[in-house]
Amino acid sequence: MKRDGVEIRWHGRGGQGAKTACLLLADVAFNSGKYVQGFPEYGPERMGAPITAYNRIMDRPCNVHSNIYFPDYVAVVDETLLKTVDVTSGIKEGGALVVNTSKSPDEIRKMLPEDYKESVYCIDAQKVSMETIGKNFPNTPMLAAVVKVSRVIDEQQFIHDMRESFEHKFATKPQVIEGNMKALQVAMKEIVAG
Amino acid sequence: MILKKAEEINEKSTWQELTTGAEIYEPATSLQVNTGEWRVMTPVFKENQCRQCLLCVPFCPDSAIPVKDGKRLDFDFMHCKGCGICVTACPFDAIGFVKEEK
Amino acid sequence: MAIRDRLSGNEAIATAMRQINPDVMGAFPITPSTEIPQYFSGYIANGKVDTVFVPVESEHGAMSTCIGASAAGARAVTATSSAGLAFMWELLYVAASMRLPITMAVVNRALTGPININCDHSDSMGARDSGWLQIYAETNQEAYDNFIQGVLISEECRLPIMICQDGFITSHGVSNIELIEDEKVKEFVGEYEPENYLLNAENPLAVGPYGISPYYMEVKRKQAQAMKDSMPVIMDVAKKFYDMTGRKYGFFEEYKMDDAEVAIVVIGSSAGTGKEAVDRLRAEGQKVGLIKLRVFRPFPRIPLAEAMCKVKAVAVMDRAESFSNSGGPLFNECRSSLYDLDNKPYCINYIYGLGGRDIQVEDFYEIYKDLFVIYENDDPGDVYRYMGVRDSRFL
Repeated sequence: MKRDGVEIRWHGRGGQGAKTACLLLADVAFNSGKYVQGFPEYGPERMGAPITAYNRIMDRPCNVHSNIYFPDYVAVVDETLLKTVDVTSGIKEGGALVVNTSKSPDEIRKMLPEDYKESVYCIDAQKVSMETIGKNFPNTPMLAAVVKVSRVIDEQQFIHDMRESFEHKFATKPQVIEGNMKALQVAMKEIVAG
Repeated sequence: MILKKAEEINEKSTWQELTTGAEIYEPATSLQVNTGEWRVMTPVFKENQCRQCLLCVPFCPDSAIPVKDGKRLDFDFMHCKGCGICVTACPFDAIGFVKEEK
Repeated sequence: MAIRDRLSGNEAIATAMRQINPDVMGAFPITPSTEIPQYFSGYIANGKVDTVFVPVESEHGAMSTCIGASAAGARAVTATSSAGLAFMWELLYVAASMRLPITMAVVNRALTGPININCDHSDSMGARDSGWLQIYAETNQEAYDNFIQGVLISEECRLPIMICQDGFITSHGVSNIELIEDEKVKEFVGEYEPENYLLNAENPLAVGPYGISPYYMEVKRKQAQAMKDSMPVIMDVAKKFYDMTGRKYGFFEEYKMDDAEVAIVVIGSSAGTGKEAVDRLRAEGQKVGLIKLRVFRPFPRIPLAEAMCKVKAVAVMDRAESFSNSGGPLFNECRSSLYDLDNKPYCINYIYGLGGRDIQVEDFYEIYKDLFVIYENDDPGDVYRYMGVRDSRFL
């Protein structure tokens, strides 16, 4: 079947913002003229419980309303999930896993099922966030990492759109805009492929 | 839109003849219903023994004791159902209670 | 020009409510509809609307508020889900029999037992006999469009209306949407001007009388007639909406039905997944079609039966059990509607998607495959089936 879009699965824990990152990605893709879906799948609906969120980003309207079982890319916002959730499940050939971790891709790969052959990207989103925003908001660097890996949006346009989005979102506290912009740029540079 | 007063709706009315949501297009329609007809026992107002304390008035479940200028009048027999609560409420034995004669 | 945006289904409903600017909202939060009153109370706080928001103690109170407000002459709205809808049960019948045009957003969620927050249609399907109009949406766009039309339909018919969408799947799923300009929506729904209402001192009336046996049945017959009479109203409002937006609505949508040999009838977001299956099977040359039911109350018995008769075998999909031992609610009404017709198709039922059980494109392939087998063997087999349940017999 002709590939006419990108499907992404997010793994996180309730309250960590995997859903927010997923919706941010939908936002930026929408701004670049795509048809998008961003939706969460809730389990026990409690802080700390594993949650999954999904993106479909296409050039035509997305009719399908099921979850995504064969994603192009998977983003893991909390690396402790690697122990309990098979985050690599169904990743398509040519796809990739993006993990928020201070470990290297080789170290992460050792934690994954042996039959996983696709790429692994690591980004220390917590470190980037602390150094740029001053607080642990891993979403912003994770979003940049996923955009970089998935290439769903042109990087320059992404940076441009995000500035507008932050200026709108942080209209009452403009002092945080630069930190967030920096978080995006640093994440795009520091992401490690393996 | 069918606008009907209570007297225009009766047990012969067809479904088409009812108002949209079974509304009745006039207020206070209970005044028109002769529930006094249900009475088996009848209270008797003994005006000479009444001290006008008005205790009976709020006890009446059917608002059938009219009050005018601070004084109660004889019963509204169109709405009194003869429950006898007023007879018990009266501290002065000013309300008798007898079998209804039709 | 339409406004291109991306919103979740709940945001879309809250936006429609903002544009409509109703007089009263009585609401109590329940997942997954909570965001609707949450966003809407933000609009009130920010002065975007001048609606009176009544924060009640329960859904029983929320519907009572709407009934009181509507009888008083106000345009009243609310939103709920699952157990919240169940808690309104008594009042649903009151609102319908008093013929009060209340517009309620229902975000479909399974009814408890065991407790579950995810999508199925057991809540609103359970309320199918309450005398409310019911319109279902496939997408956030349809939920938004249906809500705006719903206000007009409801007021024209003097019947309350449920505007349903799938919990989480569309309510929390962000996707593209075309919004209508505020002033156009305002003009479309107009000012609510009931002919008679409790707060009209010049023409006093009594509402909600006791209906003894000599009257009760006539009242119910009149309600039944209102349901029947709502059919052309729904089409008129759809026409008016089409003229404004170019988006076409009817009782149901036929998807690639013209030369189809087999078809699926389905309600809600799963219809989109089904359409994708139709497209892919059509690409392989298989003549399959799909009917997405939009209006469940009133049930469009005759046109729907005619549409189903275009094919040789139909699978009716129910996202609710009715524990009748003879299939789900949609199935029974679809199958019954075929009874009088010659050349009727085989009609089988699948119960699916309960409590948020996912349904995929591949599941639709299986159903179409089953339908071709029925058609070719001239034998429907067991008509009451399940899709997507683990079953020891098939391991």
